[in-house]
Amino acid sequence: MLTLQEIIETITMVQEEHLDIRTITLGISLRDCADTDPRASCQKIYDKITRLAGNLVPVGEEIAREFGIPIVNKRISVTPISLVAESSHTDDYLLYAETLDRAAAEVGVNFIGGFSALVHKGITSGDQKLLDTIPSALDITERVCASVNVATTKAGINMDAVALMGRVIKDVAFRTSDRDGLGCAKLVVFANVPEDNPFMAGAFHGIGEPESVINVGVSGPGVVKRAVERVKGGDFGTLAATVKTSAFKITRMGELVGRTAAARLGVPFGIVDISLAPTPAIGDSVAEILEAMGLERCGTHGTTAALALLNDAVKKGGAMASSYVGGLSGAFIPVSEDAGMIRAVEEGALHLDKLEAMTCVCSVGLDMIAVPGDTPAETISAIIADEMAIGMINQKTTAVRIIPAPGKQVGDSVEFGGLLGRAPVMPVHRFSSANFIGRGGRIPAPIHSLSN
Amino acid sequence: MKYIDNDENRGKRIIITVIGPDRVGIIAGVTGILAANNFNILDISQTIMQEFLVMVLIVDSENSSLDLSMLKDRLAAKGAELGVRIDVQHEDAFKFMHRL
Repeated sequence: MLTLQEIIETITMVQEEHLDIRTITLGISLRDCADTDPRASCQKIYDKITRLAGNLVPVGEEIAREFGIPIVNKRISVTPISLVAESSHTDDYLLYAETLDRAAAEVGVNFIGGFSALVHKGITSGDQKLLDTIPSALDITERVCASVNVATTKAGINMDAVALMGRVIKDVAFRTSDRDGLGCAKLVVFANVPEDNPFMAGAFHGIGEPESVINVGVSGPGVVKRAVERVKGGDFGTLAATVKTSAFKITRMGELVGRTAAARLGVPFGIVDISLAPTPAIGDSVAEILEAMGLERCGTHGTTAALALLNDAVKKGGAMASSYVGGLSGAFIPVSEDAGMIRAVEEGALHLDKLEAMTCVCSVGLDMIAVPGDTPAETISAIIADEMAIGMINQKTTAVRIIPAPGKQVGDSVEFGGLLGRAPVMPVHRFSSANFIGRGGRIPAPIHSLSN
Repeated sequence: MKYIDNDENRGKRIIITVIGPDRVGIIAGVTGILAANNFNILDISQTIMQEFLVMVLIVDSENSSLDLSMLKDRLAAKGAELGVRIDVQHEDAFKFMHRL
């Protein structure tokens, strides 16, 4: 039973408030594709991806038409390549990256995630080869995304890996300097990485996942913003209830699309990731939600509290709407992909230190941040270390996706276009962290990891 | 609150929404296409929202030879001719969002 008002509300959410399904991501296990011969292994990978994902894009387009809701991205995540490639007799994993890129192009997806390694406690020989290959892989491929988990609450922080990733990120920026360091937008460093995340660039198909699975990421900052604007002057209870109601409706669409896609592709339905994912479109901004709550600009005092309320209310509403919630599930605060965040940075309202505080109360972390191109690798590692510490201590996912913009200074910006957007270069602290990062070893797991 | 559908023919129903400035011939244009392709109209409701006509039709696609996608294209073309936006969606898009 539906009312006219409900039908109009749904139509308005899609047509005026940018409601969309951000991604349906097909996770594919590549564990049966290992081979001592790298060429044989890559052939198995190519064949399996193109076989299982052949219908992903047409099915996604068909569902979008049927339900009248845009599905912005159709994507693929695979088993971390470090695990698949490790038994191959080769030192160079570039062939694997090229294979993923070719398979993604063949089935028509714009990103494929899983050029990844899990090194939170230590680095195996396969992990090392993968990490060494990341710069060239992100340089020569178009669609491949890489991620590296360097910390967990249970294992602590692998500071050797953190130090290494600072250098890797600098190298990726250098190699893709003709594209404003675009490669860095496809590389995420994680703490407590989820195994069922449908969002790029950090998606991979975890080792506890089934053969293949459909995970869905919803969007909808525009819908929440309009709802918040409608309760102007209402108290915090009213505000939280309003956000919950909106999040419920957004997530229901994700659940519907996910279940339908899984049924038509003949694979199990995994999770809905109930993240608020902004886009550079005006009105589709998480920063603008915080501003609609009563802050003059995102980044001013009160921003962390506003974000905490938002993030929690989104989870409460979303959890009621879906049978399985997973992935990152929280509000995203990527700078370059959010018009309100860009404005806040450009007007001097939002700084890196405030962003770091905000990541304590939301997913996912310092995301799509451009910093000066001459920022030392050790400083980037230290920024990563801070973020990993927040994730480790708070038993949550945190991540860093940072672009040391080649040849750029504060006041400049990098332009990636499309969903990746435009990032103003933000200042970093000028005091050195090199001696700290240079120590090496691991930061031990916190006392509350001893929960057994 | 008026419920504009009932639970008969579940899964075969399509919701058509027309939004735009009111003018002569909108209902005729839409229902003409539906009748020609054997869609049974179960309900028509309309209201005025911000000076625009909002019309919602619930139709049963059980006996139609046209699939949702083809109907969508034909109605979109008719909408362009009439200066209104016409959307066609499976009813589940609405039911799922508002009901558990």
